[in-house]
Amino acid sequence: MNNFEYVRATAIPDALRAVADQAGSRFLAGGTTMVDLMKCGVEVPSALIDITRLPGLDTIEAGPASVRIGALSRMSDVADHPTIRKEFPVLSESLWRGASAQLRNMATIGGNLMQRTRCSYFREPGVYSACNKRNPGSGCAALEGVNRGHAVLGTSPSCIATNPGDFAVALVAFDAAVYVENGKPRRIPIDDFFTLPGDTPDVEHPLSPGELIVAVEIPTSPALRRSHYLKVRDRESYEFAVASAAVGLELEADGRTIRDVRVALGGIATRPWRARTVEAALVGRTFDEPTVRAASRLATEGAVDHGEDRFKIDLAPRVVARALLTVGGTS
Amino acid sequence: MAKSAIADAGIRLCINGSEHLLQIEPRVTLLDALREYAHLFGTKKGCDQGQCGACTVHVDGRRVLACLTLASQVEGLAITTIEGLAVNGSLHAVQEAFIRHDAFQCGYCTSGQIMSAVACINEGRTGSDTSIREYMSGNLCRCGAYPHIVAAVRDAAQAMDLGEGRGR
Repeated sequence: MNNFEYVRATAIPDALRAVADQAGSRFLAGGTTMVDLMKCGVEVPSALIDITRLPGLDTIEAGPASVRIGALSRMSDVADHPTIRKEFPVLSESLWRGASAQLRNMATIGGNLMQRTRCSYFREPGVYSACNKRNPGSGCAALEGVNRGHAVLGTSPSCIATNPGDFAVALVAFDAAVYVENGKPRRIPIDDFFTLPGDTPDVEHPLSPGELIVAVEIPTSPALRRSHYLKVRDRESYEFAVASAAVGLELEADGRTIRDVRVALGGIATRPWRARTVEAALVGRTFDEPTVRAASRLATEGAVDHGEDRFKIDLAPRVVARALLTVGGTS
Repeated sequence: MAKSAIADAGIRLCINGSEHLLQIEPRVTLLDALREYAHLFGTKKGCDQGQCGACTVHVDGRRVLACLTLASQVEGLAITTIEGLAVNGSLHAVQEAFIRHDAFQCGYCTSGQIMSAVACINEGRTGSDTSIREYMSGNLCRCGAYPHIVAAVRDAAQAMDLGEGRGR
């Protein structure tokens, strides 16, 4: 690991100034992505601005209209928050099914949104030179490489790296917003927070240099109260998703007509993937298994495989269907 | 704001109740600080990439991975390592349970397993074997001693419940 300057910030303006003052400096929160990628040689910051002791950024407010989570809240604390666990299951489930107990005690919510892909070609610059995300214009080794874990939705000829998040999938399903600050506060709808790779896979978020995530806010809804996160992976625990679904359901008073439904996918796309076509195919319909299975097949409409990742095109709709049938109480 | 330059910045780490003043660079992880500078070799370096759990220690009572924690980040916080579990020469209930259940083979992952298990029990995650497996999943054992590890954690959790009056 290269050496760097370490700065412990104790107030938000100090942290913003410290990053602005030094080119190549980065914020450091839980370190589970940053320190890891520094060891891989992917991140080479000139300075790390430690924000973990900034006051007031680790509060969790679960109110009737929204859940607001401070950016420095640890994954484990949010997953275990009594109201979130009881009232908004998808938020808790998508957190505790990620990483391990130790990593969840370290990783923050802001850092979780900024985590980078697990693509091996991205993570090993010493072995693979071609990676447009790491080194724009150098090519993509994954296209013709080992790509079982790669994305089938939202890809481009430049990059097929999967976004590895779980919690972010839930945020996308339930219309969250990200609050950032750089002198003045700014609200970014979650749909705009994750950008598609296109020709610039090195750009993953619409953040300006030095902008700091301060909070995430999720509006509450009946669908959020009847929600679920299903994560399918190669081992039972402590593994990234090969396909996952965050879903929520609200039925009309008749108990069978779908009023509102939310579906987002993880593990199969270059960003957390909202499946609006599935939702549109279900709203107003009677909730039953054939209808759910037929609509779920739309989840991977337009998907493009790269060989080894082809199975995800069949798997993901089944994951969506099972998740929906679980919240609907028919599975 | 506390700034530390390229080298020579001493930091104070509170390890197992003792203060250590260490002359280390910002890039030194807590794991390397413990082993190479404080000469506490109980915490093991396995993958050094946050994937195996061998380096698990407690910071302010919470289990974390020392390999992905910069030493500078935990200055002034209470760090507990495997060396800090026994009190006056008497082993912690989890240490005793690991011996009783033969919950290791080569032993390399064991201090991480034990540190993780102590936290797992304190977090109340030992209600079933399924729960123990889920909340111990961050600690890999390449010898495959998992059934004995689960038995040891289950047993230690019961022992700690019974011994709650003694605060252990």
